[in-house]
Amino acid sequence: MLSRVADSLYWMSRYLERAENTARQLDVTLHMMLDPGSSSAEMRWQRLVASLGKPAGMEWNGDLESMVRKLIFDGASPASITYCINGARENARQIREEISTEQWQRLNRLYHQIHSPNIQTQFSASITDTLGSVVDGIHLFQGVGDSTMIHGQGWQFIRLGRYLERAYATATLLEVYGPDLGQTHDREHSGYQYLELVGLLRCCTSFEAYCQVYTADLAPDRMLEFLLLNRDFPHAIRYCVDTIRNSIASIQRTGARRSPDELTAGIGRLHAMLEFTTIGEIISGDTPAFLHTIREQCLRIHEHIYRYYVHYSIQSALAV
Amino acid sequence: MSAGLPIEREMLYGDYPLDHAYDEMREPTGALRPHYQALAETLASLPADEMQRRKQSADLSFLTQGITFTVYGRDEGTERIFPYDMLPRLITAQEWDHIERGLTQRITALNLFLRDVYSDAKILADRVIPRELVYSCKHYRRQMRSLQVPRNVYIAVVGSDLLRLNTGEFVVLEDNLRVPSGVSYMLTNRRVMKRTFPQLFSSYGVRPIEHYPQMLLATLRSLAPEGRPEPNIVLLTPGVFNSAYFEHTYLARQMGIDLVEGRDLVTHDNIVYMRTTDGLKRVDVIYRRVDDDFSDPLVFRADSSLGCAGLFNAYRAGNVTVTNAFGTGLADDKAVYAYVPRMIRYYLDEDPILPNVETFLLSEDTERKHVLANLDKLVVKAVGESGGYGMLIGPHSTAQQREEFARQIEANPRNYIAQPTLDFSRAPCLIGDRLEPRHVDLRPYVLFGDKVNIVPGGLTRVALEKGSLVVNSSQGGGSKDTWVLE
Repeated sequence: MLSRVADSLYWMSRYLERAENTARQLDVTLHMMLDPGSSSAEMRWQRLVASLGKPAGMEWNGDLESMVRKLIFDGASPASITYCINGARENARQIREEISTEQWQRLNRLYHQIHSPNIQTQFSASITDTLGSVVDGIHLFQGVGDSTMIHGQGWQFIRLGRYLERAYATATLLEVYGPDLGQTHDREHSGYQYLELVGLLRCCTSFEAYCQVYTADLAPDRMLEFLLLNRDFPHAIRYCVDTIRNSIASIQRTGARRSPDELTAGIGRLHAMLEFTTIGEIISGDTPAFLHTIREQCLRIHEHIYRYYVHYSIQSALAV
Repeated sequence: MSAGLPIEREMLYGDYPLDHAYDEMREPTGALRPHYQALAETLASLPADEMQRRKQSADLSFLTQGITFTVYGRDEGTERIFPYDMLPRLITAQEWDHIERGLTQRITALNLFLRDVYSDAKILADRVIPRELVYSCKHYRRQMRSLQVPRNVYIAVVGSDLLRLNTGEFVVLEDNLRVPSGVSYMLTNRRVMKRTFPQLFSSYGVRPIEHYPQMLLATLRSLAPEGRPEPNIVLLTPGVFNSAYFEHTYLARQMGIDLVEGRDLVTHDNIVYMRTTDGLKRVDVIYRRVDDDFSDPLVFRADSSLGCAGLFNAYRAGNVTVTNAFGTGLADDKAVYAYVPRMIRYYLDEDPILPNVETFLLSEDTERKHVLANLDKLVVKAVGESGGYGMLIGPHSTAQQREEFARQIEANPRNYIAQPTLDFSRAPCLIGDRLEPRHVDLRPYVLFGDKVNIVPGGLTRVALEKGSLVVNSSQGGGSKDTWVLE
């Protein structure tokens, strides 16, 4: 497959995952602002911005509605949902012959939806509905992609984009929420604290999944275990890493070139970090540093993927 | 106006003048031509709302397939649905046989001309075509001199534009030998029409065209460099902003080949590679949809980033086939066009089967004088342009436009030719819920590999605006499906 095509598929998928993550976290944050608790709107907004990776131009300015508008609609700001959807569509447009017609139509519809005047009316009536319809659109696109596309290299690059973005975003989120989690070690927490914990789970659409595994007894260590180490839940970091590992293995299997050692080593290291550890060890050690390492490893895997599959030097390729 | 028709068929017609122009469906008396009988009967038997329903479902079909083209000069939302007409244009087997023979003869001669001009230039030495006309052509490529082109095929993919005059005779208006487009519309039109008029289609016995992508692939394969039995064939597109991008993606998908951009290609030791996730992969045949000028910044325009540096040298070395060859625009220059009948006689020693349109060369003093005096009756065209740009249609022009053109002609006479305003044929189109005649041309698609292949049919382009003579999609034209009957 052409490197440019792989690049476009990867970024199309990454942008959509980012848009979905932003939409969901924004929705949860706005929902949490309804219950005052100990946190002000400003603190919550700052936490949101931090867990989105501190994008420029999103600092608290006192006017919540304008901030929210900006985060959704400001196509000039790379952090906005609109920017991400534009980016995804632009990438898809350049590889239209590679994706299925159904996928293209879904994405096109989502693009036209976020640019239509109707969405402004919807925004004024209910921000939650607006964000919900964006997330729905992305889910539909992903579902259609999984069921209409050949599960070959191209599909694997789509998965790489989605799960690398997700692993990175979840690690960032846990890092930002870390201090808040630490304060509630005893299980007898107030209603407000409970809401905070539910909020964190909802940011990863994991509240219901968590309850199925651990019941509604929310404990920070179990939550951390669930979001870091669960192997069956698609938003848990370990699940993401396993998927990335499988995708890379599949790309290597279908390709003719020797497996790049650094990439195999990098993904293996990250996998081992999550495979051969317990939540007790993580918590008794330096948790923020652990999360930070996960993010760094994600970045490195991205770089290796690019160095081997997309932006390799001609000399190295000719030497093979 | 149209005596002799049953009353229910009479109801079909809106504003339907039958005058000096040839009407594809009706005799000058108003009677139906025999091969249009079945179509007219079907239309007369359909209730008006049924026609509208079919039109809507055809519209939707085009929309969901994303059959669009890009209009230059606007910002966003530049993709538009290609306008089309519901009614097929019919061509009888006899007419088609004539067209096919004529085009085969013409394309063969044009290819011989290109080979000759870029090697020994005998035709110039024999003074059949003036030297200065060839060497002053802006599409003449000095770099192609003495270059061995694979199988001696310069023009593998051609789309020639034909018109039918009021005598009923087909003439060639121009040859597109660089990067002719529109074939995807021919194919998608057919798909939609088969769904819209299934019974009519099967009762007519229409010759198929659906194998075009396969034939194109076979043509490209036949031109692969020696010693490459499993050639890697790619389609080179200028990218997503090109007006024909839909067609590029469509053809690549139909042929199952990679769609590449210049930035995907690299050359090393005169071999072209594409960058894949699997490393560099050698490219053997490039179906080029990028103009000469933009193909290789080292040889042609240095400011172009659409092509691939080193491509031309790899081509010269015979390591990659690029088709159409570079410099083929020379033979579709509108001034060189005037000499095509002479080329046919010179190379093939035959009389042209399909005649040319009478053409005045403005570099000739007497002809220029005649043209300048009659600008209001003639059509003036810039020689190197296509797509209906750089054109003056005398009878539809203002005095100011004519003055402007006269000035440009005086300044650079070699750059223009003039032709009489042609009253070319009209075919019935569905306008509202009535039939009205609109001017049409015909662009058959010719493939030239081992031999000349023409799919029976082509793109019938329609000037959808009433009275208009311009059929180009960039200027308000549409298309029709073309049915060549068994």
